[in-house]
Amino acid sequence: MGFASVYMSLKAQLSSGSLGYAVFFFGLYLVAHVVARFAVPQADPYLLPIAGLLTAVGLTEIYRLGPRDAFRQGFWIVIGVAVFAVALFALRRDYRALEAYKYLWGIGAIVLLFLPLVPGFGEQINGARLWVHVGSLQFQPGELGKIALIVFLAAYLREKREVLAQGRLKDWGPLLVIWGGAMLVLFATDDLGSALLYYGIFLGMLYVATARLAFVAGALGLFLVGAVAVYQGTPHVRDRVLNWIHPWTTHKIYCPTSGGLAFRQDCQSYQEVQSLYSIAHGGFGGTGLGSGTFTTATGHQVIPDLNTDFIYSALAQELGLVGAAALLLVYMGFTLRGFRIALAASDGFSKLLAAGLSFGFALQTFVIVGGILRVIPLTGITLPFVSYGGSSIVSNFLVVAGLMLVSHRANREPT
Amino acid sequence: MNKQLVRLAVASMVLLTALVVATTYWQSWAVAGLTDRQDNAIQQVAQLSIARGAIVGANGTTKFAVNKKKRVAGQTFYTRRYPQAGLLAQVVGYSTSGGTRTGLEQSLNDYLTGANTNLSNAFQSTLDRLGGGTVHGNRVDLTIRPVAQRIALRDLAGRCGAVVAMNPQTGAIYVMASSPTYDQNLISQPNGYAKILKIRGQCGDASALVNNATAGLYTPGSTFKLVTTAAALDTGTYTPNSRFYDPGYCVEYGKKVYNSSAPDSPSAHETFGNVNLSQALQHSINAVYCKIGMHLGAKTILDYAKRFGFYSTPPLETPSSERGPSGLYAYVNGRQRLYWPKDFNAVDAGRLAFGQERMEATPLQMLLVAATIANGGVVPRPYLVQRIVGPDGSVVSSTRPQTLGRAIKEQTAQEETQMMVSVVQGGTGGAAAIPGVQVAGKTGTAETSQNHVYNAWFVAFAPADNPRVAVAVVVEKQPNGFGGSIAAPIAKDVMEALLGG
Repeated sequence: MGFASVYMSLKAQLSSGSLGYAVFFFGLYLVAHVVARFAVPQADPYLLPIAGLLTAVGLTEIYRLGPRDAFRQGFWIVIGVAVFAVALFALRRDYRALEAYKYLWGIGAIVLLFLPLVPGFGEQINGARLWVHVGSLQFQPGELGKIALIVFLAAYLREKREVLAQGRLKDWGPLLVIWGGAMLVLFATDDLGSALLYYGIFLGMLYVATARLAFVAGALGLFLVGAVAVYQGTPHVRDRVLNWIHPWTTHKIYCPTSGGLAFRQDCQSYQEVQSLYSIAHGGFGGTGLGSGTFTTATGHQVIPDLNTDFIYSALAQELGLVGAAALLLVYMGFTLRGFRIALAASDGFSKLLAAGLSFGFALQTFVIVGGILRVIPLTGITLPFVSYGGSSIVSNFLVVAGLMLVSHRANREPT
Repeated sequence: MNKQLVRLAVASMVLLTALVVATTYWQSWAVAGLTDRQDNAIQQVAQLSIARGAIVGANGTTKFAVNKKKRVAGQTFYTRRYPQAGLLAQVVGYSTSGGTRTGLEQSLNDYLTGANTNLSNAFQSTLDRLGGGTVHGNRVDLTIRPVAQRIALRDLAGRCGAVVAMNPQTGAIYVMASSPTYDQNLISQPNGYAKILKIRGQCGDASALVNNATAGLYTPGSTFKLVTTAAALDTGTYTPNSRFYDPGYCVEYGKKVYNSSAPDSPSAHETFGNVNLSQALQHSINAVYCKIGMHLGAKTILDYAKRFGFYSTPPLETPSSERGPSGLYAYVNGRQRLYWPKDFNAVDAGRLAFGQERMEATPLQMLLVAATIANGGVVPRPYLVQRIVGPDGSVVSSTRPQTLGRAIKEQTAQEETQMMVSVVQGGTGGAAAIPGVQVAGKTGTAETSQNHVYNAWFVAFAPADNPRVAVAVVVEKQPNGFGGSIAAPIAKDVMEALLGG
């Protein structure tokens, strides 16, 4: 913890030149650490420092890209830590009380996902309806919906896992209904990335609960059918897939934004392609923090959404292969700690909860970074802890809180 | 449940490992391909923030390319400026902020941007980058002598053609002038490129962007007699004293091929009667060379041409796309194509011997012919870059003179040198004579598609006993313009400037 905090503060200081910033966040983590020591003394000691390290890397890069955004991000980190502290305190005796309200969580998840579709409340950004705004604050309720869904699935699958394995429709009912609803909402919001993420979490948890790969395969097949339907019906999704398969064209094609003809790399796939250029420019050692190239000679930003969806391409350019690989190793470390907690937990709900949170964390990283690296089609979701975005920061701190609660319990009562 | 948990954990690790692999791919293997793409906006800006190295003449003071510093939105950008606008335009080329490059700016881009693989250099530029400082490229010192270069371009002004000069003993290029020329600074101006394309000399389709010295193909005419003479002497078939009778024409395929018309009376053809080989070169008698060509055969002549470097693109630091090989050219599908004859009987050896018959040569190639004779029969390897100097003043690379192999025996070269001296002393090349210096040269007046319009050639070297400079001059499409009257004076000016300096 101490090492991580010092490292973090050094980095923040290096780039921002603002010692105050570093001291403030160092203090913030100290507070979070003390709260954790007090509320869940037996919890895994690595998760919070890793989260601290990742938020520090993210904050540093966000500061480098635009100091004003860094201030807002800092504000959200404070909120995130506060939510983390409240969650730890509220649930420190027995978080398994959550299990009792499982349908409430299920419905809550659906409501949160539906919120952006409410007229006058939701907002469409980059072709996807993901945002709600209250006053000047924008919020992505889907991020919190993800946590609610994991809690619901953990509770429901724990209760029904034996009967589910028998495959009676009656027991599948609530699960399918809630899941179908969630998918519907996601397709309605045109957000393939979140659909992929949530469905992946569902499959992972279903497999852990039932140990039946056939279910997973069947569900995967259903998803593919749905995905093809969406591909046919939604130009937004079709573009994303075409940008993935053929980001460069040798002939000019129709460009909807300009209305004329252009190479795909100059129009639809512009951000994907420039993001790859950004990563390639970093090479092995990177350009160094603060020395990367993100704007044209006339001062325009080359890649849009650089501090949210594309923050990985910014980091990969400035830190190079060495830094990017190190960052990915940190994500692996967090995921492995999470699964370790799931293994150590004594009851099914705890195991499923920790597994869902850990797998969700890894999958979210894969979906966004894999999209940037052209491993899968690009879908705009956030990189946990690093991307700019309040809802993402808060929900990821809830992930840490959940995992720490589970590990505290597991370590207190060894099986 | 634990077994499934472990499997799910492994699956998660596989996904994240795939990201490491993909990142490694994009940051190592894919880099070269992505960097060269035209639509790479990141690379364009990154190139702009590098202080490209200067390109400097042999005197160390004449700067052909420098940087202009500009601050935009808190960032420092460098744009290219060419203070000697047009003086060495086709050789230096240009580098635009859009990433388009030509000439040395293209071929030496890695050195100029400090991206070359030299270890200490790479280390330095990495330090510069990490320190947030500007990456400084390497300075390129050329072998070009600005004074002589300026004289060459002045003499060509208003006409199309090229002047190339080198040190025949080392291969260092002193002058490489191509006319018409253009101001490279125009490139970065609005409509600048269109303006450059409009520049025309008096020669129709010639583009100012083309380096005539290395890419311009001209019928060599009588300058090619140097190659024929080399073959005639080197094979032992003839000596400089071999006797010939010139009736004023030579009969080939039952037709008379006449000597060129006398300069003073264009309607009459020259007739020399009894001459030796040396006199035949001195007065450039086509009828004699026609006979020699038929006797030697096209294959022998072309084999010797090959030894001088024909049929391969001469090595040089400029991009290979801006250089071309010399040899026989045929029109195939409307395009000029180099060919090596499958049937040598189909080649008119008599006309080939005096440099007609589809023979096309670049000025650089004809310079190599003269330089080889000057260099005792060994072809010097031409070079433009003397040394490359790092931003800290250390020499990154330095060019050592090399050769492209022996073309002819030393004795052949000496005999031919004496014959070339006679061309300037009392022959067709008198206009190239320099007081106090023995000049060896050869004129060329090549027929073009228009009657009485010629490409005027002159190739020479001096001093004949210890050559320090060789030169090739071609001036396109001169009405009644002969090599001896149009090109020889330019060669003289350039040699004088180079020998004096």
